[in-house]
Amino acid sequence: MSAVAVDRLRVVRGGTLVLPGLSARVEPGRVTGLLGPSGSGKSTLLRAVVGVQRIQSGSVRVLGEQAGSPTLRSRVAYRPQAPSVYGDLTVLENLRYFGRVLGAGSSAIERAIATVGLERHTRHVVHRLSGGEQARVSLAAALVGSPELLVLDEPTVGLDPVLRRELWNTFHDLAGAGATLLVSSHVMDEADRCDELLLLREGEIVAAGTPDALRARTGAPDLSEAFLRLVEEQAG
Amino acid sequence: MSGRATGATATRVLVQLRRDPRTVALLLGVPIGLVTLLKYLFADEALVFQRIGGPLLGLFPFVSMFVVTSITMLRERTSGTLERLMTLPLAKLDLLVGYAAAFAVVAAVQAALVSTVAFAGLDLRVEGHRWAVAALALANAELGMALGLLVSAFARTEFQAVQFMPAFVLPQILLCGLIVPRDRMARALELASDALPLTYSYDALARVTDGSALGRRFAVDVAVTLGGIALALALGAATLRRRTA
Repeated sequence: MSAVAVDRLRVVRGGTLVLPGLSARVEPGRVTGLLGPSGSGKSTLLRAVVGVQRIQSGSVRVLGEQAGSPTLRSRVAYRPQAPSVYGDLTVLENLRYFGRVLGAGSSAIERAIATVGLERHTRHVVHRLSGGEQARVSLAAALVGSPELLVLDEPTVGLDPVLRRELWNTFHDLAGAGATLLVSSHVMDEADRCDELLLLREGEIVAAGTPDALRARTGAPDLSEAFLRLVEEQAG
Repeated sequence: MSGRATGATATRVLVQLRRDPRTVALLLGVPIGLVTLLKYLFADEALVFQRIGGPLLGLFPFVSMFVVTSITMLRERTSGTLERLMTLPLAKLDLLVGYAAAFAVVAAVQAALVSTVAFAGLDLRVEGHRWAVAALALANAELGMALGLLVSAFARTEFQAVQFMPAFVLPQILLCGLIVPRDRMARALELASDALPLTYSYDALARVTDGSALGRRFAVDVAVTLGGIALALALGAATLRRRTA
């Protein structure tokens, strides 16, 4: 069974049709990348998966239940695109709060801080940190529980390349331990770090599959080029 | 609802306030300054100070908690933290009761400080129980907090939220009977005043201050005040949407 099953999902936001009728699958225990340009509907799809997006029609099933159902709230972790942490609290105070709500202990909090490399900033107030550091606090907040599904909206944007590689390794470690990850990015060079890809453009899935399968199908040397060919293929 | 998430939220809101010492200083210092100002403003008319001093002790927390809560909750909505909370195992009541508990603590400190200064330093006397004034101050703080939570849903910017203070709070203060006794108001205004929660909490405070019989009317006042808090919290909960457009 898929971890996430989206069928004919239709979403209108602010009078604009963002997702006209999207269907997609996310397989359990894998790192699935949701790749596409800015404005393609990535965040809207992720919001629908965690159940905070009002939808017009279609269905979104997550871990066998309707997206947004109360029992999923401790099984699914969401890291929105905006930092979405308390700027006037320290890193530790933020994580303690989210940890207590999730019932996570202090060891889980320390682990989450170490994962995002913020050990030296635990006592710093969040709004004094750099944008990249704030993004990491927000990611750590999603890691404090022990979720079965992690939905991460552009978690690596603006981060230094070394840390970015470490985070992708962490994502694979989590998947290795049985979690499912759905990670969005608008940077094509991150596509190769995913087990599975969903390529999104103008609210439609252009292609889905492993990076190797997409390269083989298009004959393109890299995924950026593969994406272009797939778009042209569909237009023509 | 879980005690854990409620307690976590109350603690978090208090820590946020502690990180902002200037706001705390204003919350605690301004009412003391204003009561002192009134004392000397009415230096030649001590009776006026005695008549309005008691009720004002109860009204300060209403105003300050309204403003602080509406801004805090608006920030919660605009920064994305509310959306994140809505994906977590946290009931809407956990959030609302957490806020209510945190601001009750602040209001209790505020009421204790301003009462001590007014009773011990400025010679304010109330006919009824001083504890009753303090308890009503606390109830008013909760009423202001609950209304602040509710109106924050209708503000999109902090400018708008701040303007809700004159829009929602000032008319209630003008019409509650503090400035013009209600029986001397035009009939339409008196009816409007009947519909506003602050009218009842002011009446309760005025009765405790001037020592008039508490009785049935006082019970109604207290019931309406508490009912107003519950109603505003329930309406506030309805504005917290798990799913948004």
